[in-house]
Amino acid sequence: MARHTARTPRTPWLRRLWALSTGRFGLIVVAVVALTALVSLFWTPFDPQQVSIAERWAAPGWPHALGTDGTGRDILSLLMAGSRTTVLVAVGAGAIATVIGVALAALGALTARWLRESVAVLVDILIAFPVLIIAMMISAVWGGSLGVVIWSVGIGFGVNIARVTRPELRRVLHSDFVLAGRASGLTPLQNLWRHLMPNVAPVFIVQLSWGMAVAVLAEAGLSYLGFGAPITEPSWGVLLAQLQQYISVYPLSVLWPGLAITLTVLGLNLLGDALREATDPTLSRGRDRLHPPRGAIRHVPEVVA
Amino acid sequence: MIKYTLTRAALLLLGLLVASVLIFLSLRVLPGDIAQLIAGTNGTPEQVAAIRERLGLDQPLPLQYLEWIGGIFRGDLGTSLLNGSGVAAELAQKAQVTVPLGLMALTIAVLFAVPLGVLSAMRRGHGDGTFLSIGAQTLAAVPVVWAGMMLVVVFAVWLGWLPAQGFPRSGWNDPAAAIRSLLLPALTIGIVEGAMLMRFVRSATMQAIGQDYVRTAAAKGLTRTTALIRHGLPNVALSVITVLGLQVAGIIVGAVVIEQLFSLPGIGRMLVADVSARDLPKVQGELLVLTGFVLVVGFAVDLLHRVIDPRQREAP
Repeated sequence: MARHTARTPRTPWLRRLWALSTGRFGLIVVAVVALTALVSLFWTPFDPQQVSIAERWAAPGWPHALGTDGTGRDILSLLMAGSRTTVLVAVGAGAIATVIGVALAALGALTARWLRESVAVLVDILIAFPVLIIAMMISAVWGGSLGVVIWSVGIGFGVNIARVTRPELRRVLHSDFVLAGRASGLTPLQNLWRHLMPNVAPVFIVQLSWGMAVAVLAEAGLSYLGFGAPITEPSWGVLLAQLQQYISVYPLSVLWPGLAITLTVLGLNLLGDALREATDPTLSRGRDRLHPPRGAIRHVPEVVA
Repeated sequence: MIKYTLTRAALLLLGLLVASVLIFLSLRVLPGDIAQLIAGTNGTPEQVAAIRERLGLDQPLPLQYLEWIGGIFRGDLGTSLLNGSGVAAELAQKAQVTVPLGLMALTIAVLFAVPLGVLSAMRRGHGDGTFLSIGAQTLAAVPVVWAGMMLVVVFAVWLGWLPAQGFPRSGWNDPAAAIRSLLLPALTIGIVEGAMLMRFVRSATMQAIGQDYVRTAAAKGLTRTTALIRHGLPNVALSVITVLGLQVAGIIVGAVVIEQLFSLPGIGRMLVADVSARDLPKVQGELLVLTGFVLVVGFAVDLLHRVIDPRQREAP
């Protein structure tokens, strides 16, 4: 059967994203973090776990650009290796949130009325669970691990995505192109994939970007509390916790992991804001530019670290 | 209004029920055998059986659940596995640290976020407005725990003005010392949560500035500022209340991390210790109280919103 491509033509949103200073900043930060993670797989200035008592607490300079910690490990190398954990958590949580969010949104928008409404109520209830509470529930049972961080943010943000995507899905459900798809014999799932998803994608990607920011903060906070990455794993949150013990003697060493986390979260947040502006046609015309989609403000207080 | 209150109250009860079932199931069903977990890898089968009997784990799940919920209605949140103390009593005692901490954090957040948010919206396009906006964005991206460390470095290590850790043993018998020890932790949570609130106040104010009624009032001869304060800000206040309700969850979460950093004997630190020690009956009670609190605040905010916004009251 011929594939229906009934999408409305759009101006390339990537160009519009780049035109916004926040979007440019967000894209660059995300690219730098991703690239660092990639490079650190093959190369870091020093072995991140290499202990060298002779070089404890070296000041920033040559050869340790950001100095060393209390066991002589190179902080720059630790940060580079830690970015792998950050990327893993952000991508993993994002993937789980996507699956949960799409499934709940589809259930809440496309099924029988009683099921739709039950799912809506369930989503409203689940959204009140802070990510940290979910993380505590999981770690009480399984102990702390990176998986705890990934799953708790994934579940927490999946619900959030469902809340925002469901009304969008219902809105496009009655569009002509969806009806046309149905008339031409597509199954509901095919119709969902070909016609509905591309149309709700913008709202969805924005949420995903904010969710990844929450994941990065959650990794830091939960690893600090001992429920995230194990201390043997390179992670920005673990590094914060380890350096904190000597904060009164070497206060500036905690600066670096904190800056790395802040910059990454800021990049993802701004990327989300810019995506919202670049992909939403009603926003780009300047009308109603401040009205967040329903549920969108929830990314604001819903931070763990 | 009555109909709305009843519907919303039903949703609250349903929410509490779902929360209790989720917490119960996640701690009972998923892991397999709690008794084995508690006894540790060296536990003999007899020890495991004894623990199972003591916790009532040998009974069917629905019965265990009903027993737990029944206990809550009698004011019994469960008993600690480790020291046998009552969860409710311990929560009440730890709340003496966490509740004032949360209230102080909330006050600090509102005190700086509302004026600065309005200012940054009114000065939009000017240097200072942009600076405030970028500042709020950046602060909102800071991990709470790192913000706390930086404040400790400045105010405790360098300036020596405030204690870096701990809570006075005498508790609130010495209010000045108690407040001093809560000031840095509250400031930490207040600044980060306040930055998020400020972003919201800013966008709500910018929306208000663009409204017809503010423009009309300005056209009638009020200055732009007076028009905004008299006609715009009441509407901003409405959305601020909603966001504040959501931020209560953020403050609780912030308290969990910050109590750890500042060694404060509060609910958050207790929860972290109990989760680490796998004191499941305690964790169960604590999680239910925290989630219940978030749900009740959400309920109160929704009702308050209805009461003070006449447009919503008239709507069916």
